Amino acid sequence: MAAPIPARRPRSPIEDGAFTRAAFILIAIGFIALFLLLPLITVFAQALSHGVGEALAAFDDPDARSAIRLTFLVAAIAVPLNVVFGIAAAWSVAKFDFPGKSFLVTLIDLPFSVSPVIAGLVYVLIFGLQGWLGPLLRDHNIKIIFALPGLVLATVFVTFPFVARELIPLMTDQGRDEEEAAVSLGASGWSTFRRVTLPNIKWGLLYGVLLCNARAMGEFGAVSVVSGHIRGLTNTMPLHVEVLYNDYQYVGAFAIASLLALLALVTLVVKSFLEWRYAGEIAAVHRH
Amino acid sequence: MSLVVESVAKRFSRFPALKGVSFTAPQGAFVALLGPSGSGKTTLLRILGGLEFADLGQVTFDGVDWLSVPARERRAGFVFQQYALFRHMNVAKNIAFGLNVRPRRTRPSRAEIARRVEELLHLVQLEGLGKRYPNELSGGQRQRVALARALAIEPRMLLLDEPFGALDAKVRKDLRVWLRALHNRTGITTIFVTHDQDEALELADFVAVMNAGRIEQIGTPGDIRATPASPFVADFIERSAANAKVVALPSRPAAPLRLH
Repeated sequence: MAAPIPARRPRSPIEDGAFTRAAFILIAIGFIALFLLLPLITVFAQALSHGVGEALAAFDDPDARSAIRLTFLVAAIAVPLNVVFGIAAAWSVAKFDFPGKSFLVTLIDLPFSVSPVIAGLVYVLIFGLQGWLGPLLRDHNIKIIFALPGLVLATVFVTFPFVARELIPLMTDQGRDEEEAAVSLGASGWSTFRRVTLPNIKWGLLYGVLLCNARAMGEFGAVSVVSGHIRGLTNTMPLHVEVLYNDYQYVGAFAIASLLALLALVTLVVKSFLEWRYAGEIAAVHRH
Repeated sequence: MSLVVESVAKRFSRFPALKGVSFTAPQGAFVALLGPSGSGKTTLLRILGGLEFADLGQVTFDGVDWLSVPARERRAGFVFQQYALFRHMNVAKNIAFGLNVRPRRTRPSRAEIARRVEELLHLVQLEGLGKRYPNELSGGQRQRVALARALAIEPRMLLLDEPFGALDAKVRKDLRVWLRALHNRTGITTIFVTHDQDEALELADFVAVMNAGRIEQIGTPGDIRATPASPFVADFIERSAANAKVVALPSRPAAPLRLH
């Protein structure tokens, strides 16, 4: 009797050697550590370099407090606006066919491709004292540039794509069927939106809002152009960091920067927690 | 007291989906719209449900100018091909939807809605599954939830878009018998879209054979079998007869392979 021929060890067709695998993992971890983790640690280390007391002292400064308040205020206005715009844009792209649809999708991405500084400059050109609407606004005593409305406008521009981008693929994927079913069962437009559309997109919407908020609080370029850097009045947190840094107040600058970084980290933690906590529900909504 | 469809036409940009369709069905009839894909049968159904608007033509139902009634006021129970269940709601909530969205004045009490849901779950033979979510159900079960949801609003008309299209042959046969029994009990005027000849001929009181945006022939299954009005109808029904023979062979498996 012939001896059984040993079969070749079964290997997954996409399996690579141990060395390749290790190399890829090392590259990924090394890159993340060097370019993402290290700067983050430096920020906190610099802030605490003269002790916790000195770092906290940076927040006693009225200008710093004003910057923190202003940042939250701008985000609190800009984010809800972009939630409304984002849902409206995603809704029209995902649920309707109309001429110029692909152009609209391209437009939504515009803030991603245009430098934020240019966005700021455009607003100055339109609303600034020498701008198109400058004289009109001055006559009616309305301040947009170098004031809160300008900061909000610039932030809305820069953060516009986050909610819409998150929702478009989700809503396209879900189609119109459930909304049609709701209407045929007697639901009004608003009722359909509240009971059917919104619950189906709520997780995507939440991610969009979190990302939008993180960017709204961290935006520098566009805001810098329209702010005018009036301390205690139109400086947001990122701008205040720059001011302090240029004044050689390193501890203060890094203390404020740490707060910004912490806010971003909290955003990420909240997102991960929600993903973990509601994993089942998220899967149910995304697949049928 | 009947459904009268008069020269309804509909065009999607370039493509004419319906080129003037007319038929009449008595109140309580079970009508099948039979035809290949692209023949306009689903478009006609969606127009009857108010989900699509006709370019031309008129529909009268129960003495009412049906096309001028908005979709949400038609009380036309629509059952979608892919069920379109609300995926974030459990079965009971799905069924209760049409009652829960009524304005407060006409909305039944919470207890009454719960009772109606139980009743409907019993009717569609899904007792005890009210707490399940759609993604935890089989295709046949989802289809019955969709039917229960449509029946909950006490529809004046039941519109079924290929209701068994996504199911395997065995479940399809069972549901077919069940649906016919349900119709006999409720007597709701039912329009039913299918591309399956057997299904149409076996289930319906009247079959409308559609082709390229027109009704080629409408009549009882017996009429259509006996005297097909055009070569197209004859061809369509012949294929059905051939299928029936295949099924009849004892050695064949219960589910004949069909290409759609």
